[in-house]
Amino acid sequence: MNRAAAPLQREPASRWRMQAVPVATVMFASALPLMLPMVASSPVLPPLGLLLFLCWQLLRLEMWPVWIGLPLGLWDDLFSGAPIGTAVGLWTLATIAIHYFSQRVYWRGFVHDWGVAALLVAVIQALAALIAHPDAHMGRVLGLVAPQIVISALLVPLFLRLTGKFDNFRLKRR
Amino acid sequence: MVRPAARRPGQSRKAQTSLFVAYVIAVTGAVAGLLLAILSVADPVGFAALRVASHEVTAPVARGTRSVIGSISGIDDAVSAYVSAGSQNSRLRAELADARRQLVATSALQEENRQLKTLLKLQEADKTGVANGYLLTSTSTSSKRIALLSIGRNLGVAAGQPVRGADGLIGRVLSSGPSVSQVLLLTDVDNIVPIRRARDGLPALAYGRGNGDLDIRTLNIANNPFKPGDILVTSGTGGLYPPNVPVAIVVRRTSEGALARPLADPAKVDAVSVLRPYTPDNIEAQTVPRPATPAPAAVPVPKTAP
Repeated sequence: MNRAAAPLQREPASRWRMQAVPVATVMFASALPLMLPMVASSPVLPPLGLLLFLCWQLLRLEMWPVWIGLPLGLWDDLFSGAPIGTAVGLWTLATIAIHYFSQRVYWRGFVHDWGVAALLVAVIQALAALIAHPDAHMGRVLGLVAPQIVISALLVPLFLRLTGKFDNFRLKRR
Repeated sequence: MVRPAARRPGQSRKAQTSLFVAYVIAVTGAVAGLLLAILSVADPVGFAALRVASHEVTAPVARGTRSVIGSISGIDDAVSAYVSAGSQNSRLRAELADARRQLVATSALQEENRQLKTLLKLQEADKTGVANGYLLTSTSTSSKRIALLSIGRNLGVAAGQPVRGADGLIGRVLSSGPSVSQVLLLTDVDNIVPIRRARDGLPALAYGRGNGDLDIRTLNIANNPFKPGDILVTSGTGGLYPPNVPVAIVVRRTSEGALARPLADPAKVDAVSVLRPYTPDNIEAQTVPRPATPAPAAVPVPKTAP
């Protein structure tokens, strides 16, 4: 029998794998910047963990409960250098925003997903910077993260595609 | 993508309740998280233990990638050294002869300096470092500029110690773990360093801009005394940073003072040295007994007056 011709007759992926892959990719992406031998003098890298987190939810809304931002955000806070609790709060609010948005729009297209992810990244990074530096000049702090926000917005399609690849791996039949 | 159909959990009371509970957990968690963030801005040391533990986890990977990529990036330096060997040789000879002449002149100055210092009975602060290490990696996705130093409590590194490279000041230790420690870089928005101009000792403050540059603000705002090319060194005011460590070079004047670039680039610096926090204690200990001795001498003065 031709195995490639009948993939549906194979077993579905294990539950463990279906649940572990998304969480593991987000956690790895959060920790990755601290594994690279690079000493940055400004926020140069896009927030990899946040981008993957948003893309997973835009792709599979029902996969995670609403409170998933609490543990994943805490993990990201440990590595991002932002005050602990920033991502816990902001990522969870982003999840709620995505849930609300998906109820409002009937047919979501690629451009919708891109726009939502870019908007959420911009808001989260700006608020995180403002929380981290409450005494500093507001315009200067926002100017600090503006290049990063632009890069992140441009990288959203790439991350959506990457999430799709991970999703194929997650659901691959045995 | 179509709107998910089964958002409303229908008539099932249990499903409705679990969805409601999930939202309650999410909202309370988010609010608690933001409150925690505001608290940890006010008290950054309180949550340092968690962060130290997580950095201990990634440090071995960072050590590995650094050794691999460090050796790869060293290759082009080695090749370019061979290519420009001839012209470099003659240039270095000229520089060496120049440096010898300067060395002779400086040794005379050094001797003079030593004699003057013994004359003034100035005590040199302990300038020896605690330990030497290298910067492994840094946060690069948030607006905080925190670098990971390859040594920690195992070599005596503790919070509050200044860190310098060969070219100048790098920052200060924020918290130290068993084998790595966190360094708040000079250019972080929250890092303020008391400095003075090397030429004439004009006091000023260096504020990090967060993007690799420094804002220099002087104490008198009336006229802007800075010129591009001014070298700024630490003044030692307020302790922590020992005096005369090179900090930055002025790039251009601004409306509030000057814009300066740090002399030591943390991205390029190879080894850094952790110094003891500078405390002007030994200087104060000297000056305290001095007013005590003139006090009895001041007593006879009124006697002679009448």
